Amino acid sequence: MEFGMTNTGEIYGIVLALLFAIAAGLVGSFALMKRMLLAGDVISHVALPGLGLAFLFGFNPILGGAATLLLGTLLIWQLQRKTGLAADAMIGVIFAGSVAIGAVLTPKQDLVEALFGKFENLSFWAFLIGVVAVALIIFFVFRFKDELILGLFSPELAAAGGVNLDRQNLYFLLTFSVSVLVGLRFLGALLAGALIIIPATTGRRLAKDLSHFLFISCAVSILAVGSGFALTHFLFPKFSPGPVVVIISAILFLLSLLRNPARA
Amino acid sequence: MAPILTVRNLTVSFGSRTIIQNLSFSVERGENLAIIGPNGAGKSVLLKTLLNLIPHQGVIEWAAGAKLGYVPQKIAADRQLPLEVNDLLMAKARRLAISVQDVRAVATRVGLTPDLLKTSVGVLSGGEFQKALIAFALLGNPNVLLFDEPMSSLDELTEEHIYDLLRDLQREQQLTILLVSHDLSVVYQSATNVLCLGKGRPCFGPPAEILTPQNLEALYSAPVKFHHHLHE
Repeated sequence: MEFGMTNTGEIYGIVLALLFAIAAGLVGSFALMKRMLLAGDVISHVALPGLGLAFLFGFNPILGGAATLLLGTLLIWQLQRKTGLAADAMIGVIFAGSVAIGAVLTPKQDLVEALFGKFENLSFWAFLIGVVAVALIIFFVFRFKDELILGLFSPELAAAGGVNLDRQNLYFLLTFSVSVLVGLRFLGALLAGALIIIPATTGRRLAKDLSHFLFISCAVSILAVGSGFALTHFLFPKFSPGPVVVIISAILFLLSLLRNPARA
Repeated sequence: MAPILTVRNLTVSFGSRTIIQNLSFSVERGENLAIIGPNGAGKSVLLKTLLNLIPHQGVIEWAAGAKLGYVPQKIAADRQLPLEVNDLLMAKARRLAISVQDVRAVATRVGLTPDLLKTSVGVLSGGEFQKALIAFALLGNPNVLLFDEPMSSLDELTEEHIYDLLRDLQREQQLTILLVSHDLSVVYQSATNVLCLGKGRPCFGPPAEILTPQNLEALYSAPVKFHHHLHE
């Protein structure tokens, strides 16, 4: 990567990462309000066995990640319908188990890349699929925004108003997983969930109403991804952008602690 | 005219515990049905069952055209949610294609000031929260209101205001009201019929027949102090 030089594939990669940031800000905001912080943070781990298999057999890592992520999402959805400790414990077991299986499956030389991501140039088609995925995520969030609000304010009132919460949960988990998938290559299986969650946590501290919250989460997310890419591109080409982006978003969160929250 | 609600042989159980057994009653249009009984008698469960939120056996028949509004007793809403009252009302309004003007009109009707609309749901007082829930229920012009009265979060003045509001709404809009109530004098004054749930057989009838000292003592398993003036 030469200073200042960019090719089309690289531009595709950066643009998609920035679009991912928007999706992450929106999805993360609702995940936070749905109290999915912890599950959201680690949902991406489920992609690791799929990444491992892809590296092992030499097929597209995103396909592998998508397969196990989908399976994991359906499993978590089923578990969330049963509330209580057992479900929580099972979700914990699934995540830890996924990381372990992934670590065994993934060839050693690819493990760091699978865990922490790597920037890669994108083909036009990969870029296009990513753009469509982000468009779907944004569409979903705005299409179901009102249902989501009612559901998180009061599941009872939402159900009385004809909202199917079970279906809503499934759609939301799937949207979350698709977001993880878009960020999976450059952030890796360990960090993709984190970038969805951290900017929203920052937004929550600074926002006073819903639209404000969504806006700040997206802005923080874009700032983290943009500056992370710029830093690794211009100053620290040895680092892969994923961890740098997550570090920046964590620093932005810490900075937000300096300010009194909008509400006690 | 046929009753707006007919309930026959309704039974609700959670696991091995039966909450409501073999309950039958009906509600006419424009009626004000008060549901009374001790804690844990299944009053809130009954409202939720009537809203079809809880699996049950037996028959619940709403007349064609019945539009239900529901005011729950309390909501375990996360006080940290960055939602304003207006966000909440607009979320329902958009789903039902209700205009902003109509939302404003309902808000004004229940006494939600523009300031309160812009207040986060987490910092509302008990009475303000109740108003917000009533406004939420009234969006979309329901003709039946299922109202689960909060037990203690309201001071007397606010409570009175809310009862006045319900009475006005009932008069103006021919509203049918199913009210879970803990205030027997209010029930005595305003209910058309009373349904009591508790140990033993449920009873159903006009307040003067149901709210007798003997019935109440049997219902609450303790003497109940309550004043009504028969010659009022």
